[in-house]
Amino acid sequence: MGLSAAAPLWSSPGLLLAIALHPALSVPTHRDYCVLGAGPAGLQMAYFLQRAGRDYAVFERTQRPGSFFTRYPRHRKLISINKRYTGNSNSEFNLRHDWNSLLSHDPRLLFRHYSRAYFPDAQDMVRYLGDFADTLGLRVLYNTTITHVTLDKDQRAWNGHYFILTDQKGQVHQCSVLLVATGLSVPNQVDFPGSEYVEGYESVSMDPEDFVGQNVLILGRGNSAFETADNILGVTNFIHMLSRSRVRLSWATHYVGDLRAINNGLLDTYQLKSLDGLLESDLTDLAILKDSKGKFHVTLKFFLEEAGTNQSTDSITLPQDNNDNFAMRVPYDRVIRCLGWNFDFSIFNKSLRLNSGNAFGKKYPLIRASYESKGSRGLFILGTASHSVDYRKSAGGFIHGFRYTARAVHRLLEHRHHSIAWPATELPITQLTSSIVRRVNEASGLYQMFGVLADVILLKENATAFEYLEEFPLHMLAQLEMLTGRKAQHGLFVINMEYGRNFSGPNKDVFFDNRSVGHTEDAWQSNFLHPVIYYYRHLPTEQEVRFRPAHWRLPRPAAIHHIVEDFLTDWTAPIGHILPLRRFLENCLDTDLRSFYAESCFLFALTRQKLPPFCQQGYLRMQGLVSTESLRQHRVESRLPRNHAATDSHLEDSSQQPGDHEPLDVPMAPGHLAQSLDSNKEEL
Amino acid sequence: MSSGFSVFRVGISFAIMCIFYMPTIDSLPELSPQKYFSTLQPGKASLAYFCQADSPRTSVFLEELNEAVRPLQDYGISVAKVNCVKEETSRYCGKEKDLMKAYLFKGNILLREFPTDTLFDVNAIVAHVLFALLFNEVKYISNLEDLQNIENALKGKANIVLSYVRAIGIPEHRAVMEAAFVYGTTYQFVLTTEIALLESIGSEDVEYAHLYFFHCKLVLDLTQQCRRTLMEQPLTTLNIHLFIKIMTAPLLNEVAEDPQQVSTVHLQLGLPLVFIVSQEATYEADRRTAEWVAWRLLGKAGVLLLLRDSLEVNIPQRANVVFKRAEKGVPVEFLVLHDADLIIPLVENNMHIEEIQEDEDDDVEGPDIDTQDDEVAETVYRDRKRKLPLELTVELTEETFNATVMASDNIVLFYVDWQAVSMAFLQSYIDVAIKLKGTSTMLLTRINCADWSDVCTKQNVTEFPFVKMYKKGKNPVSYTGMLGTEDLLKFIQLNRISYPVNITSIQEAEEYLSGELYKDLISYSSMSVLGLFSPTMTTAKEDFSEAGNYLKGYVITGIYSEEDVLLLSNKYAATLPALLLARHTEGKIENIPLASTHAQDVVQIITDALLETFPEITVENLPSYFRLQKPLLILFSDGSVNPQYKNAILTLVKQKYLDSFTPCWLNLKNTPVGRGILRAYFDPLPPLPLLVLVNLHSGGQVFAFPSDQAIIEENLVLWLKKLEAGLENPTTILPAQEWKPPLPAYDFLSMMDAATSQHDTEKVPKCMKETDVQENDKEQHEDKLAVRKEPIETLRIKHWNRKIQPHQLPSSLCHETPSECPVYCTESDYCT
Repeated sequence: MGLSAAAPLWSSPGLLLAIALHPALSVPTHRDYCVLGAGPAGLQMAYFLQRAGRDYAVFERTQRPGSFFTRYPRHRKLISINKRYTGNSNSEFNLRHDWNSLLSHDPRLLFRHYSRAYFPDAQDMVRYLGDFADTLGLRVLYNTTITHVTLDKDQRAWNGHYFILTDQKGQVHQCSVLLVATGLSVPNQVDFPGSEYVEGYESVSMDPEDFVGQNVLILGRGNSAFETADNILGVTNFIHMLSRSRVRLSWATHYVGDLRAINNGLLDTYQLKSLDGLLESDLTDLAILKDSKGKFHVTLKFFLEEAGTNQSTDSITLPQDNNDNFAMRVPYDRVIRCLGWNFDFSIFNKSLRLNSGNAFGKKYPLIRASYESKGSRGLFILGTASHSVDYRKSAGGFIHGFRYTARAVHRLLEHRHHSIAWPATELPITQLTSSIVRRVNEASGLYQMFGVLADVILLKENATAFEYLEEFPLHMLAQLEMLTGRKAQHGLFVINMEYGRNFSGPNKDVFFDNRSVGHTEDAWQSNFLHPVIYYYRHLPTEQEVRFRPAHWRLPRPAAIHHIVEDFLTDWTAPIGHILPLRRFLENCLDTDLRSFYAESCFLFALTRQKLPPFCQQGYLRMQGLVSTESLRQHRVESRLPRNHAATDSHLEDSSQQPGDHEPLDVPMAPGHLAQSLDSNKEEL
Repeated sequence: MSSGFSVFRVGISFAIMCIFYMPTIDSLPELSPQKYFSTLQPGKASLAYFCQADSPRTSVFLEELNEAVRPLQDYGISVAKVNCVKEETSRYCGKEKDLMKAYLFKGNILLREFPTDTLFDVNAIVAHVLFALLFNEVKYISNLEDLQNIENALKGKANIVLSYVRAIGIPEHRAVMEAAFVYGTTYQFVLTTEIALLESIGSEDVEYAHLYFFHCKLVLDLTQQCRRTLMEQPLTTLNIHLFIKIMTAPLLNEVAEDPQQVSTVHLQLGLPLVFIVSQEATYEADRRTAEWVAWRLLGKAGVLLLLRDSLEVNIPQRANVVFKRAEKGVPVEFLVLHDADLIIPLVENNMHIEEIQEDEDDDVEGPDIDTQDDEVAETVYRDRKRKLPLELTVELTEETFNATVMASDNIVLFYVDWQAVSMAFLQSYIDVAIKLKGTSTMLLTRINCADWSDVCTKQNVTEFPFVKMYKKGKNPVSYTGMLGTEDLLKFIQLNRISYPVNITSIQEAEEYLSGELYKDLISYSSMSVLGLFSPTMTTAKEDFSEAGNYLKGYVITGIYSEEDVLLLSNKYAATLPALLLARHTEGKIENIPLASTHAQDVVQIITDALLETFPEITVENLPSYFRLQKPLLILFSDGSVNPQYKNAILTLVKQKYLDSFTPCWLNLKNTPVGRGILRAYFDPLPPLPLLVLVNLHSGGQVFAFPSDQAIIEENLVLWLKKLEAGLENPTTILPAQEWKPPLPAYDFLSMMDAATSQHDTEKVPKCMKETDVQENDKEQHEDKLAVRKEPIETLRIKHWNRKIQPHQLPSSLCHETPSECPVYCTESDYCT
């Protein structure tokens, strides 16, 4: 075939030769950005590239976006929540509870307009993704299957090399940056004797009639396994479910990839003694034998090897021969494999050094926390395939997570290749508390990608102002200056959302008594997702990030603050949430962040040489806050502002420390009440 | 003789009394009409009951009348029963039995006749009789107007005793009348039975009788109301007497003797004494405090100022209040109160406050870090339940924002509802809406960015609160003035027209400069600026327009560049390009040549021109003068500034003596916070007016112009020279402290550390095998553990106390009672 013949040529410098050989291909088309796959992640990235006016194209194998969803999940029910009502009009906040929409500026492109179902149909997702691409006019090359990807070294290229993509027609595409959003497309298969008798999730019959009166063994214990079981639960004799490790319930682990409550019908029937059951064993030790009646028997690979190859099936030792109460001693009519998917490495040339990681099995390619491949610069993995970064920790493998990581990657690229610094808002320090309160209450990226993406506040000199950066990849903190083009010379805050350490775990009782704390001073023991703010005087080094203490998401900070968990995830209580946060910020910055009325600032301006930031940045710039009559009265009653520092000395002798003299609100030692007199006299 | 007969009669009745009743000389004499009239003495009052001779000898009325003899006699009023015998008919003798009446005579003049049913008992008899006699002393009123008239008439002259009784003739009425008999000449007694009147002066519980003391004698300003003190005890003659006695005792006494020995009328009346401890340095303020407390406690306790410095006996150092109970033999209590307000409940509830010990160590509990110390947050929180008339402004949403902003001229307030500063400003914003209601074409709208985050971000609003003005066909303008009603109102009003105003004729220009043209606007801008340009100065005009546009909403600007501009410039002796500044308050027009026409420079020139030479400094305008970075020369004045002083300073300004200062004055009436400033400068406060030099920007010294010198030019010049030569000592030096965190934050990091190390210790329970323990000991750093022990322990106990959960016993308890260990350790991997 022409393609295979051409393939070796790419690695040689003979590009011209290739062109000569394939006159139809003429010059390879160049694009700055190539996106593989028009699934949710590919489209999301395309959206950001389009908005930034970048030169890009998306390559899609099929004729429409989201082809995965045209087949999967097989039973068509998405388990991502389509929460249409929250009682809140804040669209950013609402994205916290919208697991299906992609990010865009167009409010029509919200998934809630596509389905009324809480667990929507997969077809709606297909329709949604199609609309997303069409409405936004994303440049997707459909029916273009990239069959091979390789590298072409070139000094002039952004990354020292181009990515050369070849499609099924032999058309060649040269790309400066390659964004792989192909998802996990290869069904995971475990090789063991008899695995040929096993039917796969991707092709097994969906008609319950086919399972009437059968004994069924399902391999796997993920959502697809339970989804399959749920479908046939009512017609089988029994279903046994076999997996290496025990079942993990997502409500116990708060990891959405674990078994969701909506799929767990089989747990019910198992625990309520209805013949179905769960078993744990390593699949690689197993063997499946087919007897003369066409029934399947579970045995151990060991017995099979012992028996040799020419034994008849019926004579091979079964576990129950030695151990007559072996659990899986019944013959099965069907064995179904539901073991998930793997990343398709096959199209990537070795030169890309795109390797599978080993930490989480082989399903994901190995990447950095910046989503860039460890093997080649300029190659980024997006979407589900990028889940190795936060596997079993956060939501990066799902739409409601990777839509934010795609944005983060885009921001990194904008800086790297177009010198556009990571977007940041510069604000006066008086807005610090409010900025944080605002974000922790509405930001969806922080909420969904907790522990992965975090907001960063970079302080300016003397802490008079700050820059607010949103959703930066937490574990790249050491490289922040290089990656964002922002300076972190004067200290920084990192705002992350975290669950408490005791919150979850497969063995834990997640509904234990006193699982939530209410007192602000216990905030550090909060269990539910809550904001945590880290303060660093200097940007942590790479070493510090790598060798951070166990269980810490970040290196040890100079100070840390937990905003106490809140049942409503509404962190706006003046005393419970905002006040402790302000105290924390004040103590980190060693300043006073209280707000004052113009009248107080006036007094300070004439009785002190220094003014608090609020008066400096507001009142002195002729933007003081004037109180109304009603507030003025409350102010007199509250006897604020108060200076705590001066409390003690005045009781003893007010003349002792003239430098410490605080005119406004010394405590009541004789003679210090006069200030309240003027106002109170009138009441008499 | 008639008198002899009368004595005889008395003698007889005396004899009868002696037999049948308790011995008393006061009994009801029975007389014939003729006899009775002959006993009447000029000026003496007498009450007589005329009855038919054949009427029963006793009746309920007669019994009551009999009882009234004595009390009436106390007031010099005689009482008699007159028997109408047939042969001696009198016109007071009724025709029929039932129509008999009682008559009150003064001398032989009839004052009043009473149907017997009004004199239903002894109280009614006494009350009615005294009421009739004290006609002049006790004014009966039925409405508030009467009361106000009396009040106004007596201000500065006499005090008033106002009483309300439910009806005439009841015991309370009698008590009031008896008091009026004694005090009627000293105080004006006023009586009412109208509930409405009582309610209108703000009383509650109108079912009961009330007595108020109006302190009108002290009131010198006729517009002021008289202070009132309500008597809280039941209305009895004795109580009223005591109450009035206290009202007339001095409000505040100064003493310098052992509080244990002090006695005043209050103690005699069973009221406690409160001593406010004062020292020389704070005497003035203490006296004010004490006066304030005394007013609050009037009628409840006596208040005295205890002069510590001239006191022989020792009282505890820190005590600032001494409380002496009325009960005899109870020792006085020395108290440390942090708030004068606390004295009031102390007395009212007769609370026992822990007495302080002489040798007490100073462990005053620090302020709680959970207590709000942000005045804006606290006041907004306290005010949260008050309903604002939010409907006066239009609330925008994502859907309505663009349409509204496009459709009409809008002011939009961007706020977040959880932010205190936003909510404080929202109140001012609503006040603006109230003031503009129905008069402005500008639509006042607001959008809550906590709900509509996206809209605010799209409008580029990232800090809150924020105000923007949207006008059709123009770029939105951000409001950068004070976050208060007045400045925003000014901004809105001035923005009714666009700037700079294009003036097209000389006549119009004159009207503009005189303030006629924008009559309704000049109350918002004290100055109108007119730029004069010849028609060819295009860049200069553009620059000026830019400056005018920049200053819109803050000052009125206009531009004139017609062909005949020279007529105008010549008139005001200006060379083109120039600015004419019309100061409307002073009626002056100045001209400033424009050397540079850069927009920025023009803005600077205009802003500088807005500054006055000797302004009244206020909360609002201080920042404009503050930024000049010069020492402030402030004349503190209680009211308007004395023109003499003003002239003295203005002369110095003219003579260039004050170039390096910002001279200004402060009216304490307009800017009461000025008192706080003075308190920071002086202790004690010298008399006003007071001239002070405050070196705010370098050094913070405060110098006071000697108060014994007159504020005249010569003295001022001399003083300034001395200052310059460094010959004057500062009164005080303003603190140069940085603004540090008012309170510490929770140290979660060390709590987490403590928990981690606690976790480690938990793994070393006793139940471990000996060897394990040893191994473990090697791993643990003993010293580290010891150091951390204290905080962990406290932390744990605190935590444990809050959630009492026996099954979560901390491991430390486990160590001490090994029997509990197995339970605790069953889950531990270390258990054998």
